[in-house]
Amino acid sequence: MKRYWQILKKYKLSLIISPFLVLIYVVCETVQPLLMADIIDNGVMPRNLSVITGIGGYMILISIVGLVASILNIYVSSRTSIGFGTDLRTELFNKIQHLSFSDIDRFNSASLITRLTNDITKIQQVILISMRILLRSPLILFLAIFFVIKINADLALVLIGVIPVLSISIYLILRKGFPLFIKVQQKVDHLNGIVRENLINIRVVKSFVREDFEAKKFANSSEDLRDMVIRASNIVVSVFPVMQLIMNISVILILWIGGQKVISGNLKVGELISFVNYLSQILLSLMLLSMTIMAFARASASSKRILEVMETERSLTNTPKGLQNIHKIEKGEVAFHNVSFRHYGGENDVLRNINFQIKQGETIAIVGATGSAKSSMIQLIPRLYDATSGKILIDGVNVKDYNLDEIHAKIGMVLQKNELFSGTIIENLRWGKPDATDEEIIEAAKAAEAHDFISSFTDGYNTKLGRGGINLSGGQKQRICIARALLRKPKILIMDDSTSAVDSDTEQKIRTNLNRMLQNTTVFIITQRINTMQSADRVIVLEDGEIDAVGKPSELMERSKVYKEIYNSQQLAF
Amino acid sequence: MAHGDHSKPIEEAKEGKKTFLRLMSYLSCDRSLLYIIALLIIVSIISSLLGSYMLRPIINDYIIPGNIPGLFKILLLLAVIYLVGVIATYIEYRLLNKIGQRTVTRLRMELFKKMEILPIKYFDTHQHGDLMSRYTNDIDKISDVLTDSLSDLLSSALTLIGIICLMLYISPVLTLVSMITVPLMFLSAKLIVKQSKKYFKAQQEKLGKVNGYIEEMISGQKVIKVFGHEKKVEADFDTLNQNLRGKAEKAQLYSGMMMPIMQNLSTLNYVIITIVGALLAIFRGFDVGGLAAFLQYSRQFGRPINELASLYNNIQAAIAGAERIFEVIDEAPEPEDSPNAITLPHIKGDVVMKDVYFGYKPEKIILKGISLEAKPGEKIALVGTTGAGKTTILNMFPRFFDIKSGEITIDGISTKEIKRENLRQSMAIVLQDTHLFTGTVRENIRFGRLEATDQEVEEAAKLTAAHSFIKRLPHGYDTMLENDGANLSQGQRQLLNIARAAVANPAILLLDEATSNIDTRSELLIQRGLDKLMEGRTSFIIAHRLSTVRNVDRILVLEHGQIIEQGSHKELLEMKGKYYSLYEEQFK
Repeated sequence: MKRYWQILKKYKLSLIISPFLVLIYVVCETVQPLLMADIIDNGVMPRNLSVITGIGGYMILISIVGLVASILNIYVSSRTSIGFGTDLRTELFNKIQHLSFSDIDRFNSASLITRLTNDITKIQQVILISMRILLRSPLILFLAIFFVIKINADLALVLIGVIPVLSISIYLILRKGFPLFIKVQQKVDHLNGIVRENLINIRVVKSFVREDFEAKKFANSSEDLRDMVIRASNIVVSVFPVMQLIMNISVILILWIGGQKVISGNLKVGELISFVNYLSQILLSLMLLSMTIMAFARASASSKRILEVMETERSLTNTPKGLQNIHKIEKGEVAFHNVSFRHYGGENDVLRNINFQIKQGETIAIVGATGSAKSSMIQLIPRLYDATSGKILIDGVNVKDYNLDEIHAKIGMVLQKNELFSGTIIENLRWGKPDATDEEIIEAAKAAEAHDFISSFTDGYNTKLGRGGINLSGGQKQRICIARALLRKPKILIMDDSTSAVDSDTEQKIRTNLNRMLQNTTVFIITQRINTMQSADRVIVLEDGEIDAVGKPSELMERSKVYKEIYNSQQLAF
Repeated sequence: MAHGDHSKPIEEAKEGKKTFLRLMSYLSCDRSLLYIIALLIIVSIISSLLGSYMLRPIINDYIIPGNIPGLFKILLLLAVIYLVGVIATYIEYRLLNKIGQRTVTRLRMELFKKMEILPIKYFDTHQHGDLMSRYTNDIDKISDVLTDSLSDLLSSALTLIGIICLMLYISPVLTLVSMITVPLMFLSAKLIVKQSKKYFKAQQEKLGKVNGYIEEMISGQKVIKVFGHEKKVEADFDTLNQNLRGKAEKAQLYSGMMMPIMQNLSTLNYVIITIVGALLAIFRGFDVGGLAAFLQYSRQFGRPINELASLYNNIQAAIAGAERIFEVIDEAPEPEDSPNAITLPHIKGDVVMKDVYFGYKPEKIILKGISLEAKPGEKIALVGTTGAGKTTILNMFPRFFDIKSGEITIDGISTKEIKRENLRQSMAIVLQDTHLFTGTVRENIRFGRLEATDQEVEEAAKLTAAHSFIKRLPHGYDTMLENDGANLSQGQRQLLNIARAAVANPAILLLDEATSNIDTRSELLIQRGLDKLMEGRTSFIIAHRLSTVRNVDRILVLEHGQIIEQGSHKELLEMKGKYYSLYEEQFK
């Protein structure tokens, strides 16, 4: 809540003005029946024309003031709620920019996207509703009661007595209904799960001719959902009739008691009519209030999800030493000392006791089975994750003592999942170096064996890429990603299985180019391919999060059983 | 709406009307219920209008003359009228709920059934997220309209008519006076709707841009970090977000203005009625009770107009949603089996492709004259670079796509002459993606053949080397797999897929990069499972690691949609052609 307040502070003025505007138009609205009673009792009954026109003039004036006030409030509340939503969205987006890899993993991208889109919209809506309705209903209630007491305190007791009865019955109904809506949500999730599975597995469904089977599954789930929705809604729909019933009973009570009072001369006819009018105003405002409360309940889940992200500490930030930005990466030597690593919320260390030292300019292949934590290991080098224990040194200095900008500038990285962004190819390449010259870009693209296919496009480097680069093949995407990393002229280059979709021939060429272009750059390559392993200076073999062996490829055939198995699995029977 | 509109909006409205009528046709299955609902609506409206009208006799005939016993009786009557109204409303709501949910369920079911019979092409060319949102957002919007808006529409319209009639009955002059504000109400409603529609559209467009940017950047978050690009992205986002803000503020302003303006106009109406009514009472002897009833009506008068305006938006949204749903329902399904298609009781697995041409798009031919032959039980590997057409060939056998020309036969009969169900049941596919269904391990394997006994399921698992790891799972075969089998390794998931194929006991096996996502050591284990599975079945294998296809009977080397070499591993190496060079590259 404190965080929301920090944003809302910017709109302090609006937040102060808005309630006043609401007060003004509520007063204007509620005072009308009172004036009407005046007209009837002091104008119509004694046949006094000047009272009618006099009070009538006031009524018109008041209703115009009310209109102006309410439109002003609409304006103020629109600006505030939209402004708030916009600011919150920016703040959340910026926050996400500074989340660490582990936090992104923890929240997962899809969920972060929903938080930034749907959840923010819901909160924005609640602010809007609050400024327009939340205050209005209690004010109407309060003023209506006030006026009613002024007219006749005895009769007002009926009205005042009705309100708690009404509130409690609505509360009881909603309390019974809400848990059912949670169940409805579960059923919805289940149904969506079936649809999603069918979309992913459509080839499987079709090849096993399971369309009817799946349709039946879906039908069951769909009917389950239907029954639950009906059950839940049947409870909630009773709110309105119950409200109506209670209000109607009070109308009758007022007419009965008030009627007798009129007959005995203790109440005027106009006053009785205004009583009935106030009753309908109260009914309307209570209805709006209960709707607002439901909107709040729905938004509270969204708010929780937003705050969860907002309150995540930036776990990977510059250390005090890093902030001073004294150390520079000059050579690109890397050393791991007793490094262990555990993912956020994980039960076990995925890396245990990792030790190795890499010299400047070495090319290191990292091999191991899927799940042996190869990617986790190399992502510790540019501090995408921080080691749980142990030290990682670059040029003899702890990575934590470098400024993060320095790390990002000197370490080039090609991730396993290659992401390109919508925009032209050249814009994507410039991510690597915003001020790169055309020559530099072409050089990098040539080294990544991307220049030829880029040139073959009609628009060459200015070819527009769709979202995520969908108009390129997997291999082409990988090569552009490599070129992008090369543009940095990094001291350390890390490639996470980033040529898997490139054919062996091209991969061979890329490797030769890299050797030529980056003689002094330390290169880490995660790979499954035997020839890549064979051409590395040294190989690190990982097995279940521990180092099985480090050494020259030729030695490892003797020393590492794991390496030999990997080698043989690709060489078998020759 | 406006008559001066250009042709396009009118066209849209026409489509909208068609879609709306079609949506309504789903309701007609419960026609008798609909009549009951309409009746209940009428009852509840009459009760509420009559309730307000009763004020007149109550005040005129009982309170002013001072008739207490009479007052008691008439109030009792009023209570009965109110009670009937409340009960009718409650039943109406329940019925609406029922009918709305039933209709939506029907629609959802039809959507799903249709989805299951759409050709594969549809799924390749449409985003999953987009299809998903039809089940969620679009259905939600329709359900809102069916349960709330339609009945509101009816009751608003009826209330409006009822109020006008009663007002006329009480005092034609006063009715005429109060009508002064009505054109004002309609006019301002129309103006506001027009403005707010304009800005809502602009807002929607900007929102789409913002959401698109969010989606792209958040998915690529790790790359942004690696390149330290946060500042630039933040700045770009801010620009988009501020653009949205401008439009959204206006959209909210105009749409928000509707309610207070209507409310104040109805207050104005109230004031005018009070004044004129008072004057009438003095000069024309208009009764006070009548004035009281009239005032109650004028309060109720603004609401239906206000509601009608907001209902319009809801209904538009639902129609847009319905349009998107009908779009899927109207999509052409896989073509029907030809009338003389047959069912082969026992397929041996003699597969022949004769001069097959095919392209996903007519202008881009992928397969150019493919001919091949596989005897029952033979193992054929397809080898070639990406884009050579390997997967495309596999897609042809189960008729996921239909070939352009040429012929494919199984046991000598063209696949077009075999019932699709029969054809597909004769083959099993193992794909690169190792997705599973929510359910137990056993259910996942049994997906291959629903009538398989527990014993058969376990035998299939044993055959394909999946049994040992299943046994080690917490609940063995009854372990629940959720979230796409996230609790299993990729290799284990693939073993389950293979076991699923095994339990289906197909004559023909299609393996599309079945081990590509698996590391080479786990692959050994899976390969053993696959080897067992392939025994005695005609098998087509695509693998990008050549090491996995050496032992097959025949290797076909594809390039640009043509078979350029074929033979055994040994023969092809001796040929020193394309296969030789592919092989050399991989093992150099």
